[in-house]
Amino acid sequence: MSDAPLIEVKNLGVRLNTSRGPAQAVRGVSFALRRGETLGLVGESGCGKSVTALALMGLLPDSAVISGSVRLDGAELVGLPDAAYCMLRGNRISMIFQEPMTALNPMHTIGHQVAEPLLRHTGVSAAQARQEAIALLDRVGLPDAAKRVDAYPHQFSGGQRQRITIAMALACQPDVLIADEPTTALDVTIQGQILDLIAGLVAERGMSMILISHDLGVIAENVERMMVMYGGTVVESGATDAVFTRMGHPYTQGLFRARPRLGARKGTRLKTIAGTVPELADLPAGCTFADRCTIAEARCRAALPAVVDVGAAHGVRCIRTDVSMTTGGAGA
Amino acid sequence: MSAPLTASAGTAAIAPGARPVTGFWRRALRHRSFVLGAVLSLFVLGAALLSLVWTPWSAYDIDVASKLHPPSAAHWLGTDVLGRDIVSLLLVGARSTIMVGVIAVGIGLSFGVGLGLIAAARKGWTEELIMRMSDFTFAFPAVLSAIMLAAVAGPGMVTSITAIGIFQIPTFVRVTRGSANAIWAREFVLAARAAGKGSFRITIEHVLPNILSILIVQATIQFALAILAEAALSYLGLGTQPPQPSWGRMLNDAQTLLFQSPMLAVYPGAAIAIAVLGLNLLGDGLRDLLDPRLARER
Repeated sequence: MSDAPLIEVKNLGVRLNTSRGPAQAVRGVSFALRRGETLGLVGESGCGKSVTALALMGLLPDSAVISGSVRLDGAELVGLPDAAYCMLRGNRISMIFQEPMTALNPMHTIGHQVAEPLLRHTGVSAAQARQEAIALLDRVGLPDAAKRVDAYPHQFSGGQRQRITIAMALACQPDVLIADEPTTALDVTIQGQILDLIAGLVAERGMSMILISHDLGVIAENVERMMVMYGGTVVESGATDAVFTRMGHPYTQGLFRARPRLGARKGTRLKTIAGTVPELADLPAGCTFADRCTIAEARCRAALPAVVDVGAAHGVRCIRTDVSMTTGGAGA
Repeated sequence: MSAPLTASAGTAAIAPGARPVTGFWRRALRHRSFVLGAVLSLFVLGAALLSLVWTPWSAYDIDVASKLHPPSAAHWLGTDVLGRDIVSLLLVGARSTIMVGVIAVGIGLSFGVGLGLIAAARKGWTEELIMRMSDFTFAFPAVLSAIMLAAVAGPGMVTSITAIGIFQIPTFVRVTRGSANAIWAREFVLAARAAGKGSFRITIEHVLPNILSILIVQATIQFALAILAEAALSYLGLGTQPPQPSWGRMLNDAQTLLFQSPMLAVYPGAAIAIAVLGLNLLGDGLRDLLDPRLARER
């Protein structure tokens, strides 16, 4: 495996124009993924996970201002004209969406929709694309793919539809797969199957994957490295094991405590993180988490803290790691 | 990168080909309003075609001596104020009705839907420009634009059709742009973009099929409006020119005789009603039949 990163993001920033004025939805996100590596993005709603993903795909509205650099195999993607981006999307970089019930066009057969990227990006004939679509649907575990290829999306269950969207995303064997909460809309028994399927396909095809989720369990089991996002910035990043065992940032710790646990005594209240997510249009000058953090000091609010290395490739954007990591007692 | 997977041998038996056509017709024949609509529409179309080869009397011969006759064996529905045979007038009038409806709606549909789709796909100032232009067109009543056109090109059927057609464009622009915008916001459009499709292909493959049912229904409504607009324009002397009969003109001619022979208004009125009803039912049926989600229930 070559050492050069397949996808390299440096200091990515996204400013969106909202009705409440410009909002800095993403600030200073940097990471690099080599071929075959997996990265998880965690955070609560509105923290910039999906905006980051859409920025990588070049799917943000025209009014969004993107700064920094995104390189795929060394080629710069930021500022790429849309026509050129269209050649990459679905071909080298693909995306699975959260809502399988709406991610398929109700008017077309599933075979047509899976074959579409193939016809678009590769020079195959319609008949070949159809065969390929059947093979793909078979691979993602759709029962009786050959018979059901001409069925319409409404004839499938949620889990099956998500399998179909996965088949669509993987049709052209992309190098990078972005999965934006691929199991959030599915029920728990199906979740595991879908995640196993994605993990299997990622390993089988040597893809890089960026998995976005708010579910820490999903992240723990499926990615090698993870980034915790809050208020548009990455507050903690590192190898999944390291982040899970050491938890440098008060927000990460809060997330862990807010997770329901199996076997907890009945009636045990979940710990919540006090306060709400800051408005992206109106972010504080300093640490974005300062208003909800129990160990915040005046200097936390002065300027956005720099990333502190707390271990091998494990960075935390907090100036009070001395406190947070010794007592583990921030947040609630 | 694009090395295709090898398809399993068992799948080769399935021929590449889209939906089963026989299934569509079987469903169509079981769809009540589609069948009724088709029958009524074919009835009107048949009347127009029949008039090309045969009418009981000439629709152009005036016989004032036998004016306003009640229905009889010779004149099945009687005669009008100029002694013309009503049946013959209705048959020939079907031609102009169909022509006005089809061409005017065709103009409105093709320009209106095209512009509406562009507005939804491009957004920004393109959308603004298209929408303000359609507001501008909308501000002129059809009658006014017909008068303006007639002043330039002279009155006649072509003028009235063009005026009605132009008048219909903004309606289609608005309906198309509104429903297309709703489709553009759907996740499957985002998924299609993520698959590398440009806005043209998304418009054709994703947006248009999903708003087709709305457009079909709107087109049938506009067809009815076109027939009525043609009647109004003919009444003003801007539409079909005498002696060319049209249902709209018959209706307007009958207006002055409403108390003497009310049936004169009923016949063309019924004819218009049949044509409009037939098209509406046909449009409803088509909408149901073209939507795969409704396919099974019928």
